[in-house]
Amino acid sequence: MQDWTLTDWTQGEAAIAYQCCAACGGVQYFRRSFCAACGAPDPADRRAGGEGTVYATSLVCRAATPETRAHVPYNIILVDTAEGFRMMAHGDNDLAIGDKVTARFELFTGRLVPYFAKAK
Amino acid sequence: MSFITGVGLTSYGKHEGSSSLDLMSQAAELAISDAGLKRSEIDGVLCGYSTVSPHIMLATVFAEHFGIRPSYAHAVQVGGATGLAMTMLAHHLVDANVAKHVLVVGGENRLTGQSRDASILALAQVGHPDYEVPLGPTIPAYYGLVATRYMHEYGVTQEDLAEFAVLMRKHALTHPGAQFHEAITVTDVMNSKPVALPLKLLDCCPVSDGGAAFVVSRERTNEAGVRVLGCAQAHTHQHVTAAPALSELGAEIAVAKAKAASGVAISDVRYAAVYDSFTITLAMLLEDLGLAGRGEAAARIRAGYFNGDGAMPLNTHGGLLSYGHCGVGGAMAHLVETHLQMTGRAGDRQVRDASIALLHGDGGVLSSHVSMFLERVR
Repeated sequence: MQDWTLTDWTQGEAAIAYQCCAACGGVQYFRRSFCAACGAPDPADRRAGGEGTVYATSLVCRAATPETRAHVPYNIILVDTAEGFRMMAHGDNDLAIGDKVTARFELFTGRLVPYFAKAK
Repeated sequence: MSFITGVGLTSYGKHEGSSSLDLMSQAAELAISDAGLKRSEIDGVLCGYSTVSPHIMLATVFAEHFGIRPSYAHAVQVGGATGLAMTMLAHHLVDANVAKHVLVVGGENRLTGQSRDASILALAQVGHPDYEVPLGPTIPAYYGLVATRYMHEYGVTQEDLAEFAVLMRKHALTHPGAQFHEAITVTDVMNSKPVALPLKLLDCCPVSDGGAAFVVSRERTNEAGVRVLGCAQAHTHQHVTAAPALSELGAEIAVAKAKAASGVAISDVRYAAVYDSFTITLAMLLEDLGLAGRGEAAARIRAGYFNGDGAMPLNTHGGLLSYGHCGVGGAMAHLVETHLQMTGRAGDRQVRDASIALLHGDGGVLSSHVSMFLERVR
């Protein structure tokens, strides 16, 4: 198991983390011990501010497990963050592509997940 | 040089009591007999996977079950692109003299072998285990995301997408082996139950039992002269979160390389067999492949362009959307139908001219692509 310097929502912490490569300046969301763009080792862990723009949405009305069915309908969205990486999250059901959004964290099937609403 | 010398296809739908190996065997038997060969002449086996009966050595399990001892055998896993990826590999294997007759086979009792929830859950695992799957997405949701973006960028509507489901159903009505036999309208699609909006139930392919197989040979074994002209792949990402822009997806890359390998242009193509797991998949791929302009595929459907008697007959068996989808075998049915059309054996569905065909498969979330051109040789 990798020992990350920052924890995020995938480990139960109310935070969004990403990585930044010192060699090429590339940013990546899926954590690795190297930069996927240039291969340089040890990209720096950073915390994201939670601001972004909606890239795509899909309102899930048919879920596959009893745990997820308790939440339908729920909106799966892709957000292009201010830091320059794309992430999947939940969001308000009325979000549209291009909306400026801000993250908070909500419980989904018993775990914390990023949840976006329109920026105030 | 390689030829598709035989094809085999079961009906799709419910095959109560049949295992994945049973369905693979049925299709394999049909394909070998169609090629005019004996089982013992098969010296290569490529098979896909079964979500119902996963195995780390499915090709050898199948070979033992079927009663053959090939000199080359293994499984291939590229999601929905598996069938065409296996065909591409078989083409290269016979071309390189590694094998003489390669059996390509897929089959699964995906409908009756497990619950629909289990299927949906198994397939959702193509998502990222840490960054996507915990959010509860489904395969329709991954494609729903692509759909909202595509609709946004190119002005496509839900009614446009519904046209693809209606067309595939219309084609399935003429095939006795198809899973669905009732006509549907755009209104029916629009009124069907929401699954992952904008995709509704009739925008999604069903879960099916079924099997499909073909034999790829170095030389012709019978009258059927269907030659692989050229093929190519492209893999740009696995997870939808990591997908490139719509204008940089793998279908355009794969088809460009396949055109170069084959020496043909889209204007030479007379028959199209295109992956259609969802209506949005078919709409996007037709436009990525150059079979319609951006945002114009639905208008071409309305004008009859993709009908059996149209300028570019498309998935005349009904596609995944209406013939059915049993996993790896699902998109292999597209190639079986193409072969029947190219050899003049499609009966009531026979098109005027299928001399050159374009086939395209997609796995994951538009992640892995295989394009292939086939040519009829007299």
